[in-house]
Amino acid sequence: MKTLRPLSALRGSMAATLMAGATMLTPLAAQAEEEKVITAVMHSGLRVLDPVITTAHITRNHGYMVYDVLTAVDENFQPQPQMAEFAVSDDGLTYTFTLRDGLKFHDGAPVTGEDVVASLTRWGKRDSGGQMIFDVTASLEATDDKTVVWTLSEPFPPLMNVISKQSAVPPFIMPKRVAETSADETITEYVGSGPFVFETDEYEPGVSVTYSKFDGYVPRSEEASWMAGGKVVNVDKVVWTTMPDSLTAINALAAGEIDYLEQVQVDLLPILQTAPDVTVETRDPLGYVTIGRPNFLHAPFDNPKVRQAALEALSQENVLATMMGDPSYYKVCGAIFGCDTPLGDEAGAEAITSGAHPDKAKALLEEAGYDGTPIVLMAPTDVVSLSNQPVVAAQALREAGFNVDMQPMDWQTVVNRRAQQLPPAEGGWNIFFTNWMVPEISDPLINVMVNGRGDDAWFGWPSDEKIEALRSDFVAAASDAERKEVAVKIQEHVMDNVNYIHLGEYTMPQARQNAIQNMIPSPVPVFWNVTKED
Amino acid sequence: MLSYILKRVLATVPVMIIVAVFVFLLLRLTPGDPAAILAGDAATPAQLERIRDNLGLNDPLHVQFFTWTGQMLQGDLGTSLISNTSVADMIGDRLGPTINIALMTIIISVLLAVPMGVIAAWRHRTWADFAVMSFSVLGFSVPVFVIGYVLIQIFAIELRWVPVQGYASPTDGLGDFFIRAILPSLTLATIYVALIARMTRASMLEVLGEDYIRTARAKGVRENTVLFRHALRNAAVPILTIIGTGFALLISGVVVTESVFNIPGIGRLTVDAILARDYPVIQAMILLTAGIYVLVNLLVDISYSFFDPRIRY
Repeated sequence: MKTLRPLSALRGSMAATLMAGATMLTPLAAQAEEEKVITAVMHSGLRVLDPVITTAHITRNHGYMVYDVLTAVDENFQPQPQMAEFAVSDDGLTYTFTLRDGLKFHDGAPVTGEDVVASLTRWGKRDSGGQMIFDVTASLEATDDKTVVWTLSEPFPPLMNVISKQSAVPPFIMPKRVAETSADETITEYVGSGPFVFETDEYEPGVSVTYSKFDGYVPRSEEASWMAGGKVVNVDKVVWTTMPDSLTAINALAAGEIDYLEQVQVDLLPILQTAPDVTVETRDPLGYVTIGRPNFLHAPFDNPKVRQAALEALSQENVLATMMGDPSYYKVCGAIFGCDTPLGDEAGAEAITSGAHPDKAKALLEEAGYDGTPIVLMAPTDVVSLSNQPVVAAQALREAGFNVDMQPMDWQTVVNRRAQQLPPAEGGWNIFFTNWMVPEISDPLINVMVNGRGDDAWFGWPSDEKIEALRSDFVAAASDAERKEVAVKIQEHVMDNVNYIHLGEYTMPQARQNAIQNMIPSPVPVFWNVTKED
Repeated sequence: MLSYILKRVLATVPVMIIVAVFVFLLLRLTPGDPAAILAGDAATPAQLERIRDNLGLNDPLHVQFFTWTGQMLQGDLGTSLISNTSVADMIGDRLGPTINIALMTIIISVLLAVPMGVIAAWRHRTWADFAVMSFSVLGFSVPVFVIGYVLIQIFAIELRWVPVQGYASPTDGLGDFFIRAILPSLTLATIYVALIARMTRASMLEVLGEDYIRTARAKGVRENTVLFRHALRNAAVPILTIIGTGFALLISGVVVTESVFNIPGIGRLTVDAILARDYPVIQAMILLTAGIYVLVNLLVDISYSFFDPRIRY
């Protein structure tokens, strides 16, 4: 008689049960056989659905799925028509936008000039560039269903660049009834005219969001280029799912459970190298910058010599190498407006791009009469992309003779504390670090860190008349060449006055299943044009 | 018994009031600003101030407290400051996965741990006892995320028996639910098996030394009956306490396991809410957690009398 050993029996039955279950399993990536669904893991969960009230990247990305824009920059940084053709009067005071045919919202209503006026008006209350335009706006009106005329009291040559920008915050067009929501309250209805429909019933904040193809969307005929051109949707649905654990996301991609991973942590890349059906690539041509921001209100960073000492003490290479590890994903770059942008220039940046100079820093500190006042350096510990800079900077500053009080805290505490103008010893601060996408700092009107309006400036509050004069010159500049000339002067001034410490550029690799094809290179991950092979 | 249950239920009222006051005040004392999360990095102080006004965050503390408690008394948990969605809906969506995984974990744990504890006590100071105690030490010592990753590597990546991550509701198919819930449940069960097995062993050892066990054996009662009917039943009270506390712990959120296996449970919801200072969600979650503890403890206390007839309320 054959005796079944208990352990083998258990093992056999477990395997059988699991295999039976596995056959019933529906992989996320192939949820519906008939529908083409792209399952994407984005860099964070979507929690705020109003793309005008917030500058959060994930909400901007959501905005591009659901809403459309009047005009958008292409890969040459040139504004191109998107929802509307545009014309500028010879005196530069009148901008006329004509909506193209076939535009309609997801509820079936046509997009009208009234919707555009309401959307631009709301946007103008939130966006810093928009506020500057509205400061010189004489009128903004819809002259008929398809025409919007924007009249200025004085020329604002960069207007088209500001309303065509791809980040923080693009003027998304919403129905008038939605756009009439206060600019300080979030919208509660999510109807756009973009290529995808937001599925309200399937939305779980911070967990998953589903977008369906909008059959009523009429793409432009031009080829897609960044945020401009034809937005042709080739799939039925796109599902963004949130995975808080990077390793889990990578394993899920390697196992074919998801189609696309927006950001791959560089130290986990080797895991994907053995995955045969996965491609790792960098499709964001501009990437990110990381920066340090001193507080101009309190000693010792109220003294420009001390700020210069900090600039000399730090090294982009050291910070970036610690952050990213692999040199193919970072770039030492002194251009505050980004190395690969039209306004980018590295003038005056040697102090930060040529390594650390502790001796020069010590000399500057002596010259400044630095008395050892502790520097409160805020160090967030819960955000991976922000946790290394403070540690490297603290060490470099100590080597240069600074007395550094590095205070670890969560990012929310940094966010709260950086808004405090109190002395550092009483709950204020001296320096913190953060990251931006290059499109968010690529222009003096967009880059909040070159705002020098004191209490009205970004955290750190520099009162810098010179930079304000230069920003006015930038607005008044009539040509690209003139704008570049002014931008270089701003670059030189920022390096001299150390309005902030530009710590270099980095990119984040993305990964996709090989079945996902035709994703266009873009600073914003977009899902039009993308195809999914069977 | 009924009056006891009623008394216990009424006793939860002051507990919940104290929890509510403490949670509300502690959150307001913690640094952080939901308006800054909402508006993003580039918002100016003036914009943040206007958003705070709109969210009611600039109202005096007592006004905010009474607004919140007024809503709670009407059964309204409020609206998330960040996502502008109903807190009740958010919790409702997340509670199912957590409860289901917790139930599966507890079932696995009890099925494995109680026999293990009984065997360890019965075969005291033998290799069986040593093996159970060794597993127990291992179960306590290895961090839960390590166990999770190891199980994923073996069963999801190497053998491909189960998916790496995700959750499926049992209402959409038991097979899909089981196949996705098995690894997280096994991961969580490791520590509970260790805990319950140790407690069962200790409790059984105490009972097995009692006179009535010797008497039962002397009367020729079968060993299985001695162990499971006489001894285990008398050893049940501390074991039930541990199981109840373990279940409450599982329900109140196991954020690491939920992250590793990408389960949209209430542990992740709570942590996300804390990081975003989403006050209504945090307050509701802590009250819910407190309520769960009170309820589970009540159920455990009531269950004592079923196992030990000497206990009467």
